[in-house]
Amino acid sequence: MKERLQELEQEALLKVEQAETIEELKSVRVEYLGKKGPITEVLRGMGKLPKEERPVIGQLANEVRERIADAIEEKQSRLEDEALEEQLKNEDIDVTLPGRPIQVGGPHLLTSIIEEIEDLFIGMGFEIKEGPEVETDYYNFEALNLPKGHPARDMQDTFYITEELLMRTHTSPVQARTMNAKNGKEPVKMICPGKVYRRDNDDATHSHQFTQIEGLLVDENVRMSDLKGVLQEFAAKMFGKERMIRLRPSFFPFTEPSVEMDISCKVCGGEGCSVCKGTGWIEILGAGMVHPNVLEMAGYDSEKYSGFAFGMGPERIAMLKHGIDDIRHFYTNDVRFLKQYHNA
Amino acid sequence: MLISLNWLKELVDISGYTTEELSEIITKTGIEVDGISEPEELPQGVVVGNIISCEQHPDADKLSLCQVDTGEETLQIACGAPNVKAGQKVAVAKPGAVLPGNFKIKKTKLRGEESNGMICSLQELGVNEEDVPEAFKDGIFVFPEDTETGEDAVKLLNLDDSVLELDVTPNRADVLSMVGMAYETAAALARNYTLERPSYEEAKDKADSDVAVKIVDKEANPYYGAFVVQDVEVKESPLWLKNRLMAAGTRPVNNVVDITNYVLLEYGQPLHAFDRDRFNSNVIVTRYAEEGEILETLDGKLRTLSPHHLVITNGEKAHALAGVMGGKESEVHEGTTDLLLEAAYFDPQVVRRSANDHELRSESSVRFEKGLDVNRVAQAGERACELLQKYAGATILKGTAEEDHLNRKETVIRMETSRLNDRLGTKMEVQDVKNVLRRLQFEYEEKKGVFDVQVPSRRFDISIFEDMLEETARIYGYDHIPYTLPEGSGQAGGLTEEQRLKRNVKTFLEGAGLSETITYSLTDKESAEEMISPELKDEQHGAVRLAMPMSEDHSHLRLSILPELLRTHSYNTARQQQNLAYYELGKVFISREDEHVQQPKEVLRAAGAVSGEWVTNPWQQEKKEADFFVVKGIVEELAGRLGLSFTYVKGDVQGMHPGRTALVVCNGKTIGFMGQVHPRYQKKHDLKETYVFDLNMDLLLNLYEKEETFVKIPKYPSVSRDIALVVGEKTSAGEIEETIVTTGAPLIKQVRVFDVYQGEHLAPGEKSIAFRLLYQNPERTLKDKEVEEAHGAILEAVAAKHNARLRQ
Ligand SMILES: [Zn+2]
Repeated sequence: MKERLQELEQEALLKVEQAETIEELKSVRVEYLGKKGPITEVLRGMGKLPKEERPVIGQLANEVRERIADAIEEKQSRLEDEALEEQLKNEDIDVTLPGRPIQVGGPHLLTSIIEEIEDLFIGMGFEIKEGPEVETDYYNFEALNLPKGHPARDMQDTFYITEELLMRTHTSPVQARTMNAKNGKEPVKMICPGKVYRRDNDDATHSHQFTQIEGLLVDENVRMSDLKGVLQEFAAKMFGKERMIRLRPSFFPFTEPSVEMDISCKVCGGEGCSVCKGTGWIEILGAGMVHPNVLEMAGYDSEKYSGFAFGMGPERIAMLKHGIDDIRHFYTNDVRFLKQYHNA
Repeated sequence: MLISLNWLKELVDISGYTTEELSEIITKTGIEVDGISEPEELPQGVVVGNIISCEQHPDADKLSLCQVDTGEETLQIACGAPNVKAGQKVAVAKPGAVLPGNFKIKKTKLRGEESNGMICSLQELGVNEEDVPEAFKDGIFVFPEDTETGEDAVKLLNLDDSVLELDVTPNRADVLSMVGMAYETAAALARNYTLERPSYEEAKDKADSDVAVKIVDKEANPYYGAFVVQDVEVKESPLWLKNRLMAAGTRPVNNVVDITNYVLLEYGQPLHAFDRDRFNSNVIVTRYAEEGEILETLDGKLRTLSPHHLVITNGEKAHALAGVMGGKESEVHEGTTDLLLEAAYFDPQVVRRSANDHELRSESSVRFEKGLDVNRVAQAGERACELLQKYAGATILKGTAEEDHLNRKETVIRMETSRLNDRLGTKMEVQDVKNVLRRLQFEYEEKKGVFDVQVPSRRFDISIFEDMLEETARIYGYDHIPYTLPEGSGQAGGLTEEQRLKRNVKTFLEGAGLSETITYSLTDKESAEEMISPELKDEQHGAVRLAMPMSEDHSHLRLSILPELLRTHSYNTARQQQNLAYYELGKVFISREDEHVQQPKEVLRAAGAVSGEWVTNPWQQEKKEADFFVVKGIVEELAGRLGLSFTYVKGDVQGMHPGRTALVVCNGKTIGFMGQVHPRYQKKHDLKETYVFDLNMDLLLNLYEKEETFVKIPKYPSVSRDIALVVGEKTSAGEIEETIVTTGAPLIKQVRVFDVYQGEHLAPGEKSIAFRLLYQNPERTLKDKEVEEAHGAILEAVAAKHNARLRQ
């Protein structure tokens, strides 16, 4: 019986070896390990054996059965691997074909610029304030030290609706409104982005509608050096640390002293070129210390409180950063223009 | 304003600085140099020549043959200018000379005759066409007779001058003159300048015995001085004077006019000379015009005046519009011998109004409008008299006839050094402040660092401490102010909830495939009132109109974003851009009852428009045109983002497809609409089939409630059941869904339409809608019986309410 088992093992292992498909292997399993297989038969005939031989043969039969099963297992996984290899060879695709397009949109370039500036000032502790685009003459002009008949009103040609109502010409009225709301007591630290309007003919450098961001800080003991510090911080983050800044005197009715800030020209590095009109500098924003009349009109004691304000045009910044030559691009919304700046 | 450096050089020492350096310093101390025009290509080898003889060219009608003495030699030159004559002193470009544009002069032959050089016009020498005096416009330039032959023509003509173009801010009217710029430059460079008092010989007779001045309105005209000038010889001005006018962009006319213009440039004080005979009176009366009074001004136009226009009269009729322009009748002409020379101070607002009304902005009116030095008015008149005596041989009567109500009160400003430093963040010493004041030539008294500064009348822009703060800071140098950061309130910056939500909505819409646009708020009347969202419809009564629009295209404030957004679609479609998906977040404007004083209500809206292929088909997938449900998918998902749920009701919006428009409802309130643009509108604006949405963001942001508490992820399995219901074709999926949800609550978790069918196997007028229902119990595993009961109830309810039967 022992010989019979060894014989069966030899036979089965050979058949496993010779099996070429999973199907063949399956029939080997059925043939040798199935309920009607020869090993089962051997075990069934064990009753005829002497008592002391029974465990020896039983163990041997089990060992043989296990060895055959292992061999089948091993062979099976080899055959499966081979089959998978074969299948994968046929699943080849052309990886250079395009992907399925998905619709993606993106922000307008001006929004990207505005949000970048917003985030920059938020980091310095500023809040964002908004206000109406149709303003009263009072908030747009008078509260900003521009009484009726002031010649500087000519600097900003205005779209009037009635004598009292107009399209705001700058976002400064938001500053006046914010200060007013504080009743001359608390500090103010804010920026106000938004659309503004001027009575201009649209051309490459003028647009009757454009955007502005202005900022205001009012507190006790605000110094002009603070304005310089904040603007330098802004310029370094917005345009790069390597750009120099320069402040020069200017005039705005709502600030005194007033300054204009230039940054060194990126194109020529300050040597002078056509972009900077030979000066080496590019004008970026206007700023100044809040005029005492403006503070007083909003209820602040100008002896105790002081402040600074600044204002800039996102269009201009976008044009400088990206070399855009015509302001009308921002409002024509040519899809080819918009898409260029979706990652801006 | 244009500043000739050759002129400035004579007033202040600017040696040691290049033009660029000087510009940089002037800009940094306060007057922006906007442009520098330096002679790039100076003519070379051009000298003054004397035309000895001038004869007709034997072989060319339009050419003259001239023998020209250049000091060194006599050259034969052919000249085509009509005004060439023997005896003239002219600019001669000798052979070898180079004119602007790299034009080299060579010896040549013209129609067989030698021509050894060229007699030049001013244009050929590089002078701007508009600066060339009338007499020399169409020919060569002729020097005055006493000019030395052989002299350098370039120097004589001041062509080697550099001109600075200044952008003067409205507050600094004091530098709208050479004298002002001289003070400014001296302060900037820390050099000296003093204005010298003019001097001339006065006749014995007194001006005020000859003429009387009468001012009717002292407010409008605080000062009027008249100089009586006799026996002038009207002729050409000397070359240097003409050069200076030309450098400043003023065209020379004759010596009298040129001198008044010159003094305007030099002193910043406008003057006016009347022809005495034609003025025809011994009294000068300044008064407001009468309604309908007529004045013919120098430009030959008849001006109809109103009672707020100030005029200068001879006691009877107007001879000048005060501060703006003189009258034609008493204009200085070739035969003029006697003058009345006006030096006056008019109220800025009065001049501004006259200039505006008559659209006459002049060098003169601009200066009156911006303000004048009260102490330099009469002095400017004296300066003109000095020049008239010298260059027109005038006799000038003693003094002036005048009426004077000018306020010459001095401004004194207290300035503490410590306060100065507090506000600037600087550490200036008392001596630093003194240095600044000395450079500015401001008088002061100082005790323990406290200055009382006496502001000179020429600096009428300075009236308060902050003005002096700026003045000190700019001369001290903005560069010397340190960089610090604000010390005060440690406020934490950030976005408000609303601002954050707005950004989220934008990001969502962009992720959903839409590109952001920014369009104009101002549009034409028709577009402004189209496609108004139903919830605004009742509130609004017409678009707000601008009082004085630049064009009708941008004359009204929009009541909807869509028309301008659709214009963007038309624009791009016309440029072969086929598949478009846009949105805009912006305001619309609703006028109020009392629209004259009350600001319109501004409503924030999110609008979008989609046309063309939504799913494109380059090679593999099925292509799909944008349709109602593409847009609805975006709107539904947006609602989800905001934690809201919208319902959709068929609605009617002007400009929209009547069968394909839905009102969007949230919490029982209409918050906008969506659907297809009306085919008629599409056709009119060359649009493809376009689908839009327009939502009231203000209402949505109000309705938004932040989901604060965590909702548990359900542990127990759900059961899904599909049903296909046959209903009448007018029955909407939405109504059935609502019935299912209300009947199936609380076990119904989700209802989804997955098929809509009409056609074979159904009766005409019928359709089948297939729903997938999801049942779930958050507390435990559902029992079959529970589901059966709920499902049965739903079937009964839809049968009863919508006459729906199960499709077999
Ligand atoms: Zn440059």
